[in-house]
Amino acid sequence: MAVIKTEGLTYVYGEGTPFRKVAVDHIDLEIEEGEFVGIIGHTGSGKSTLIQHFNGLLKPTEGSVYIDGEKLWDDKAKLRPIRFKVGLVFQYPEYQLFEETVYKDIAFGPKNMGLDDDEIDRRIKETARMVGLKPEMLEKSPFDLSGGQKRRVAIAGVMAMNPKVLILDEPASGLDPKGRERILSMLKDYHKQTGNTVLLVSHSMEDIAKNAQKILVMNKAKLFCYDETVKVFHRSEELRQMGLSVPQITRVFDRLKAMGIGLDDDVYTVKYAAELVLSMLKRREG
Amino acid sequence: MLKDITIGQFFPGTSVIHKMDARVKLLLTAAFIVMLFIADSLRALCVGIAFTLIVYPISGIPIKMMWKSVKPIIPIVIITALLNLFFIRTGNVYWKWKFIKITSEGVDTASFMAIRIICLIIGSSILTYTTSPIDLTDAIERLLSPLKKLKVPVHELAMMMTIALRFIPTLIEETDKIMSAQKARGADIETGGPVKKAKALIPILIPLFVASFRHAEELALAMECRCYHGGEGRTRMKQLHLSWRDLAGTVFVCLFFAGVIVVNHIVK
Amino acid sequence: MSSFIEIRDLEFSYINEIEEPPVVTEVLKGVTLDINKGEFVAVLGHNGSGKSTLAKCINGINIPQKGSVSVDGMSVADENNLLDIRQKVGMVFQNPDNQIVATIVEEDVAFALENMGVDPKEIRRRVDEALKTVGMYEYRLHAPHKLSGGQKQRVAIAGIIAMRPDCILLDEPTAMLDPKGRAEVMKTIKELNENGVTIVLITHYMEEAVQADRVVVIDGGEIVLDNEPKKIFSQVNTLKNLGLDVPQVTELCHILRSEGVDLPDDVITEEECVEKLYELLG
Repeated sequence: MAVIKTEGLTYVYGEGTPFRKVAVDHIDLEIEEGEFVGIIGHTGSGKSTLIQHFNGLLKPTEGSVYIDGEKLWDDKAKLRPIRFKVGLVFQYPEYQLFEETVYKDIAFGPKNMGLDDDEIDRRIKETARMVGLKPEMLEKSPFDLSGGQKRRVAIAGVMAMNPKVLILDEPASGLDPKGRERILSMLKDYHKQTGNTVLLVSHSMEDIAKNAQKILVMNKAKLFCYDETVKVFHRSEELRQMGLSVPQITRVFDRLKAMGIGLDDDVYTVKYAAELVLSMLKRREG
Repeated sequence: MLKDITIGQFFPGTSVIHKMDARVKLLLTAAFIVMLFIADSLRALCVGIAFTLIVYPISGIPIKMMWKSVKPIIPIVIITALLNLFFIRTGNVYWKWKFIKITSEGVDTASFMAIRIICLIIGSSILTYTTSPIDLTDAIERLLSPLKKLKVPVHELAMMMTIALRFIPTLIEETDKIMSAQKARGADIETGGPVKKAKALIPILIPLFVASFRHAEELALAMECRCYHGGEGRTRMKQLHLSWRDLAGTVFVCLFFAGVIVVNHIVK
Repeated sequence: MSSFIEIRDLEFSYINEIEEPPVVTEVLKGVTLDINKGEFVAVLGHNGSGKSTLAKCINGINIPQKGSVSVDGMSVADENNLLDIRQKVGMVFQNPDNQIVATIVEEDVAFALENMGVDPKEIRRRVDEALKTVGMYEYRLHAPHKLSGGQKQRVAIAGIIAMRPDCILLDEPTAMLDPKGRAEVMKTIKELNENGVTIVLITHYMEEAVQADRVVVIDGGEIVLDNEPKKIFSQVNTLKNLGLDVPQVTELCHILRSEGVDLPDDVITEEECVEKLYELLG
């Protein structure tokens, strides 16, 4: 069963004003449980609006959203429990930290869920380990940490709610290469260990290419495609026309292909590119 | 959405009123308000209505925009009018039912009050619609500049107003974002009693405070990098200078002002 | 002849006096650097390496505690020079929202000139010119908060170039932007450099650094590498150890070389990589 399903999902900003804008337009989508999905699309393509529907922060103007088989907005009282199934980490999540200690801040979400103290404690320790926060850091004030650490505390705060689906909007933006790498490998581990669904919104095609099994492409409020990573990069020319940047390595191999070098595969990671070139060279020798 | 709120509701345009000096506009608006308040009869107020009806079309502000600023005060207008209508019991009785009595004076006062408030709002809205907030703060700074001699930090106050105007939309957007983020973590802002509601605001207010400090710190640094060193020796790109428009505007307002005074006397 | 920006044995520490005893954080530990007029220098280093602190030392926001910094022969330690130095060396920050002061684009661009006491007519002329340079002239009457990130950042740059500085320091100007905004800002920066403005660009994006004439790598408050981009990025392992990245094409060639494939070690652009691979496979 699909963990997230939308039917004709449409959202209009500023209905009835001169600023009326259709932000997402009739989206039909099914995301299976346990997948690692990359979401791409340029600014204003509707991807932020789309993800805010998945945990009921926005109410569709038209159409419906199902989480784990349950329809959102049918009964407003049921919204909150459903919301706990979908964790949403906004861009620059460190700006939402507010508690005196890291421990208390991570506890905020689980507490709102009404869990008991032992369970909360267990979850905090587990997520802290998962995001690489040392136990002694839990008693520090979140405002005394470095930028990268704050970011990880904020992500841990959502992870501790153990949502079936974890959605992250640009979790690595503004960090240095090491910080980026750290967040991304942390997400990969989280996905592997928990088996939860992860939705990663990013402008960096390199990051998406390295991690996602499937990619969802938004363009001008519409769903352009939702498919396996390989198949999406097979359409790199179309992505480029949309104004999306494909990884540098993909551009290189697209150009080589155009120059008549017989590569039948789509290249989107450096590792794969190296293997491909080496095997070609070997074939030639052999 | 919080984002849609417009602050400093400037509506760019090219009308004569737009081009008038902000200082003059500010003073003339003040004169207009005084004019509305010294008018002591419905007939005198008609002069004010005539003034509004002439000035508004000149400003070129779409009726929709004007309605937007009048709409919020309609309930106040109605309540004031109703109070006057039912509680003034002198004058000719038009209609009577049990203890409710509507009299000629009640009707007069009710319409008088309603018209006065509406004219007041339209008049001041014309000022804010046709003058950019920065021109307005600038005008205030210049009008108040004689106070500098009394050691009143006029430039600093004006700068603070400008920065506040600049950051209100940013902070509103930020509040929106923080609210969504905390809601996503299960914060419940909508339900519960007042104590619970106030408590629920903490996760929103603290990040907002932190954000404001961050903005302030970085902005101060950026201003320093751009050679800001207080009001001393500062020039302004936009020079306010008086032109025929300002003279014409002043004469126009004076005529109506005199009109009100004359009508006041005639009525007596 | 001395260089435009001259940094000698610069040391700088942040002192937190709220704590008892005061906590001293040493950030720059003896930096010596010369930057000539017209150069385009990219500064790399992980967060906390001291790059931003260094930039703030150049325009006198931070005053050197040891060593010296001078701009065009003027020492930043002399307070009388500060306004002149800040006019000569403008600074653009990461968050475009926090450096726009006014509620109208053109008013904001005029801000620095107003502070400098420039004649109103001249301000008008320079503001229009600066807005045209960054391609934001048609937005001159807009409210800044309604612009996109890339547009806001270009307005911030216009506010700096209106001062007609000789040099612009940019502290991660593209970190908060989407790819489109990043491309816009980079295009503007390159155009400014072509017109003779010295550029010091602090960045985390390697594809931006490869466009510079020179790359300076800072680690632990010291300059560890200082060379042209090709010579820097060829040191893939060194950079990775410093917590930095290399362009994907450089990484690919590096992997292939370690497998014994005959490729040069200084491939840093897409074009070069296509060319070399074509030679190899074609």
